[in-house]
Amino acid sequence: MKGIGVSPGISIGRAFVIKKTEPALTGILLKNEAEILLEIERFDLAVSHAADEIESIKANTVLQDEELSLLETQIELLTDPQIKADVIEKIESDKKNANDALIEVIGNFVQLFENMDDEYMRARSADIKDIGSRILNHLDGQGQGKVNTYKFAPDTIVIAEDISPSDTLTMDIKHVTGFATQAGSKTSHTTIIAKSKGIPAVVSCGNALATVVNNDVVILDAINGIVYINPSQEIIDDYTIKRAAYRERTDKLKALKDVLAITRDGKRITLSANISGADDMEDVFYNGGDGVGLLRTELLFMDRDSFPTEDEQFEFYKSIALRSKNKPVIVRTIDIGGDKHLPYFNLPAELNPFLGYRAIRICLDRKDLFITQLKAILRASVFGDLKIMFPMISNVQEIKSAKSIVAEAKAELLNDNIVFNADIKIGIMIEIPSAAITADILAQEVDFFSIGTNDLCQYTLAVDRMNEKISHLYDPFNPGVLRLINNVIEQGHKHNIHVGMCGEMASDPIATLLLLGMGLNDFSMNAASIPTIKNIIVNNSITKARNIYKNVMEMNSSEKIIAYLQEAAQ
Amino acid sequence: MISKDYMIMAAQGIHARPATTLIKLTKNFKSAVSLKKGDKVVRLNSILNILSMTIKGGETVCVIIEGEDEVSAATAIDLFFTEELKHL
Repeated sequence: MKGIGVSPGISIGRAFVIKKTEPALTGILLKNEAEILLEIERFDLAVSHAADEIESIKANTVLQDEELSLLETQIELLTDPQIKADVIEKIESDKKNANDALIEVIGNFVQLFENMDDEYMRARSADIKDIGSRILNHLDGQGQGKVNTYKFAPDTIVIAEDISPSDTLTMDIKHVTGFATQAGSKTSHTTIIAKSKGIPAVVSCGNALATVVNNDVVILDAINGIVYINPSQEIIDDYTIKRAAYRERTDKLKALKDVLAITRDGKRITLSANISGADDMEDVFYNGGDGVGLLRTELLFMDRDSFPTEDEQFEFYKSIALRSKNKPVIVRTIDIGGDKHLPYFNLPAELNPFLGYRAIRICLDRKDLFITQLKAILRASVFGDLKIMFPMISNVQEIKSAKSIVAEAKAELLNDNIVFNADIKIGIMIEIPSAAITADILAQEVDFFSIGTNDLCQYTLAVDRMNEKISHLYDPFNPGVLRLINNVIEQGHKHNIHVGMCGEMASDPIATLLLLGMGLNDFSMNAASIPTIKNIIVNNSITKARNIYKNVMEMNSSEKIIAYLQEAAQ
Repeated sequence: MISKDYMIMAAQGIHARPATTLIKLTKNFKSAVSLKKGDKVVRLNSILNILSMTIKGGETVCVIIEGEDEVSAATAIDLFFTEELKHL
């Protein structure tokens, strides 16, 4: 059956089914003022016992951040003045006893939250239900003893309609290797806990899950959101292999995720990611990235039939800035032309589109398009550490022109009383040989460089990457390309500006030590490559990298260089 | 009385964790603190009331503080919205 995989991984185990019973109303009506006072007192006592219970879980359990904050929220919910006021109101006016008053008040809040249009808020109804039953347990005088403590055999997969916060905290999850629930969503409680514990989980499987009984064999493919009940041996064998491969991959990642990319001799290296939209941000942090070294904005312009408005663009940049945890995000202004075309923007066919009307060349020609994008980026810059980067710069005049349009965009915003980061950093892509050669001149005009090795390599070697007949000539280890890259890093640092690399070379494990030796300290790549490169950085030193770099610069062919680097990487 | 507008600088908006932090923060002060979004106003002591406002990232809310220690409360709340919220 199909659900939503919310905490990735693969598990094979036996089912343990948790069933919940809905609390029943007592129907008791209070007869006099004295009973009313007693019921209010009974309610207050139950709340304070319930809060004590959570405090004791907090004090006696080793908890991760996620769980701790969850408990804090539970205490706030338990002692919420609105719940108390509503319960007292029902006891006093409707003469209900504390149990019935609480069940009704909780029911109302659950309904209110379930009907919200925000997925996250809808998922909170489970938390409210949970504190309700916690207070109810204490009202019934059963207290601590009533808390379910499940005992699980090794390799248990817990199956439930939904798993409440209390369940997961009091469960002995040492043997739990997976969760599958009928209800739930990407933000529900089961998801949060499963993710923080690294246990695979598939939620929202629907009623089909109700047929599962204890000890059924279950395979949980939480990567694709699939649950198999009593599968054939063939499927089990297939998944046993998949599980081993997945574990190997994630173990490597886990070990490195929270490790800073620092060389053995103490140099901190920034590893950022190349992304295309807000949805990629989660991946960046999941892989232990330090920010975004290249946000491609083309996605924003594709799959539509007209240019996006300033507001539409603003929302796009804002959503990314908000998800960036205040880490730097380099926004590359639109890089259309070449092989990237827009259906609504008619670019005449050119003989040499890669040498033609593209990227910054279009922007400087069509100031209206450019200024719209710049204003949108500037407006979003108050939500995070955004930087602006111009692609395809070939000379200093283009930088000056582009910067003057940025100044115009700022003036327009200022005039309209719209806030933006006035000190926003501006940089350029170094991907045209003239820019690489004149890095010393260009460095005086910008805050940072980012080397785009794909185009730099293609332009330097006069090789069309797409032409199969000559693809063997496309070679970033060509001494000519390496000398250009080296010059950019050296001149950038001489002029005290930041130098990064966002081309494919940044994610090539063979190149890492060489680039480190050249002095590169910011590598930007697809998020999935970050652990591999980080692994190289933390296991090597700048001293070693400098030596490798010196040796490489004396070699006369890329065959020798590649062979040497491969050997050095062993 | 002090009132100030804040733009919510966190993608998830005011979800359970920041709401909890905010309530605990305001408990340190004697002043009455309220949160206003559109024409809805709630006291900043009920997590359910705060959550039910569904305050999202990028939206603007107004914080209203009234009481003898309103100046120090305002400083702490200001730090919460401009700095701490980003890390919650």
